Amino acid sequence: MTTANARVARAATGFASCVGAAAFALMAAVAPAAAQDDTITIGYAVSKSGPNAGGADMTVTPNYELWVHEVNSAGGLTLPDGTQRKIEVIEYDDRSSAEEVVRAVERLATQDEVDFILPPWGTGFNLAVAPLMARFGYPHLAGAAVTDKAPDFVERWDTSFWFMGGSADYTGALTEILAKQRDAGTINSQIAMISVAEGFGIDLVSAARPSFEAAGFEIVYDQSFPPQTSDFATIISEASNSGADTFVAFSYPPHTFALTGQAKVAGYSPPVFYLGVGAGFPVYPKIAGGPVDGVMSLGGIDPNNDLNNAYRAKHEEVIGRAPDYWGSVLIYASLEMLGQAIERVGLDRAAVAEELSTGTFETVIGAETRLENNQLRAINWVGQWQDGTFVAVSSDGGDGTQAVQLPKPDWQ
Amino acid sequence: MFEHIVNGLVLGGLYALVAMGLTLQYGIARIMNLSFGDTIIAACFLTFVLFSGVALSPILALFILAPVGYVTSLVIYRVIMKPLVDRAPNDGALEVDSILVTFGLLFVIQGILLVIFGGGYTSYSYLNTPVSVFGAVVAGNRLTALVLALVIGGAMIWLLYRTRWGMTLRAVALAPDSAPLFGIDLDRATRTAFAIGGAMAATGGVVVSMFQTFTATAGVVFTMKALIVVILGGKGSVVGAIVAGLLLGLVETLVAAYIDPGLTLAAVYAVFLVILLVRPSGLFGST
Repeated sequence: MTTANARVARAATGFASCVGAAAFALMAAVAPAAAQDDTITIGYAVSKSGPNAGGADMTVTPNYELWVHEVNSAGGLTLPDGTQRKIEVIEYDDRSSAEEVVRAVERLATQDEVDFILPPWGTGFNLAVAPLMARFGYPHLAGAAVTDKAPDFVERWDTSFWFMGGSADYTGALTEILAKQRDAGTINSQIAMISVAEGFGIDLVSAARPSFEAAGFEIVYDQSFPPQTSDFATIISEASNSGADTFVAFSYPPHTFALTGQAKVAGYSPPVFYLGVGAGFPVYPKIAGGPVDGVMSLGGIDPNNDLNNAYRAKHEEVIGRAPDYWGSVLIYASLEMLGQAIERVGLDRAAVAEELSTGTFETVIGAETRLENNQLRAINWVGQWQDGTFVAVSSDGGDGTQAVQLPKPDWQ
Repeated sequence: MFEHIVNGLVLGGLYALVAMGLTLQYGIARIMNLSFGDTIIAACFLTFVLFSGVALSPILALFILAPVGYVTSLVIYRVIMKPLVDRAPNDGALEVDSILVTFGLLFVIQGILLVIFGGGYTSYSYLNTPVSVFGAVVAGNRLTALVLALVIGGAMIWLLYRTRWGMTLRAVALAPDSAPLFGIDLDRATRTAFAIGGAMAATGGVVVSMFQTFTATAGVVFTMKALIVVILGGKGSVVGAIVAGLLLGLVETLVAAYIDPGLTLAAVYAVFLVILLVRPSGLFGST
């Protein structure tokens, strides 16, 4: 029995490496023939399989496909010399492996010699490829990456651009809303907080702790859980017993959905119910099996913004489903900026980077979108489900946001 | 305390349910099926399609998908596993061969699911209603997992230990080389065991899909968990799978409640290590 187990383990590890090599060979075979002169080749490696595939498939890949579809059906991008060129895509699956994404980007740069490279999904993966992109001189439009270090990274890699803000931005905005609600007497000053023990959760929770405490909140329940966790009965019951009026979870989609289900079963409906990634997915109310008004999360949209509404309609028409309410629109805006920069200065990558850094663009988030120190700052930090839409909120509303509605109504 | 124990048993019921099929396939058919978790995920997707497409209740889907799982596994055994069984000089060789083949099968199933459903998260809500178990409130869908685990487990134990047919299966598990000497059709016994394992994987998938978010590539998580339960309980032992599953569920829940939710995995592997040190063949292992 024990020897059998050892044999099982040996065979499995040995075989795993063979499969890695085989997958890479297969990947190479999928790549189309070398770039042609009458097209612009754009390459990217995203997670099409493995644990990151769910996130990439929601926020990143559909927007790449939508943008290429839009550009090509309009006849392509018009370069400064007047020629119009369509986009040709070279796409790799990084299989949710950081080594693989680095290898694929290296390949895109050195063998496929693509004109531009679009970033992978996830903070960690964007950081993994950032040095490579800088070394090969490709502008790096880091879309699905939340990092407080963006100002430092911009110094280190001056052709990198950051579109999703940092953890402190999100937690700071949340703290501001909570503090006002507490001062108004809507909620008490206790917070129950959980986080997934992986990139996003660790980042957000380490920004949230000092932020909450500085505002005079007491974190009465503060636990992290492994990413594989699927049962939240115990956590919800402990959070419920803690007496806190505010429940905050920095979670990934599977946890977000499971937490919602468990909260409904346990009848746990605190005045503030804030969840992580997934609560801003259009399918969230359906998954929750009923109205989710009052649930808060990151992101949110301005329902009165026509540009954004047009983008959402287009996404649904071309891709067949609605984009999420957080990262999608930011990523699409970054692609529009890239396209417009190419049309202004051509395929010279250094010039495109310079244009991205200093230019003003017309995107789905605003007619005059520009970067500050290579970072997009016009981001909605806190969202809330109100009347079936996940809208951007602030304490009192205004400036594209709605007033937050607390306490959250009971589950129905 | 009582509430945590109920929660633990409910979670453990799920573990037991998914592990029982694997233990039959591994213990009796001697196929170490690495694509077991992907079979579960395939059943999840089929349930989702039936539920969202033709509004078929997952409970009814169970009666369709369990037989589908049985027949599919039977075909897989006939076409893919049988040649391996025939040419393997001994048990060890068969084990390694079956690992290699099912590892490939894993990617085939995963690839098909990726092509059809894409890599995104899939989830729906069914039977997410509070049920009071002696005062502790649990979700109806999760309780279903525990009930099914106990019912199916009980039925399997009765079949294995109280019927002649069960005795042949146990004989094959215990001594595959000598069983034919007593007139037992080895091939028939092993393919039946493999097919029942497939039906159980499908059952597990239907139940899991009711409350857990799944992706086309999430199968390996279930394979790993089931493998731990199988090895802990003793290869081929249905009783072992139930006891080990419930034990792991209790350990995870109690650790999450009284120590730290971050240590649940560490606790599971600690229990795993300690039990294997004391009983290298698992709780109910025979050799």
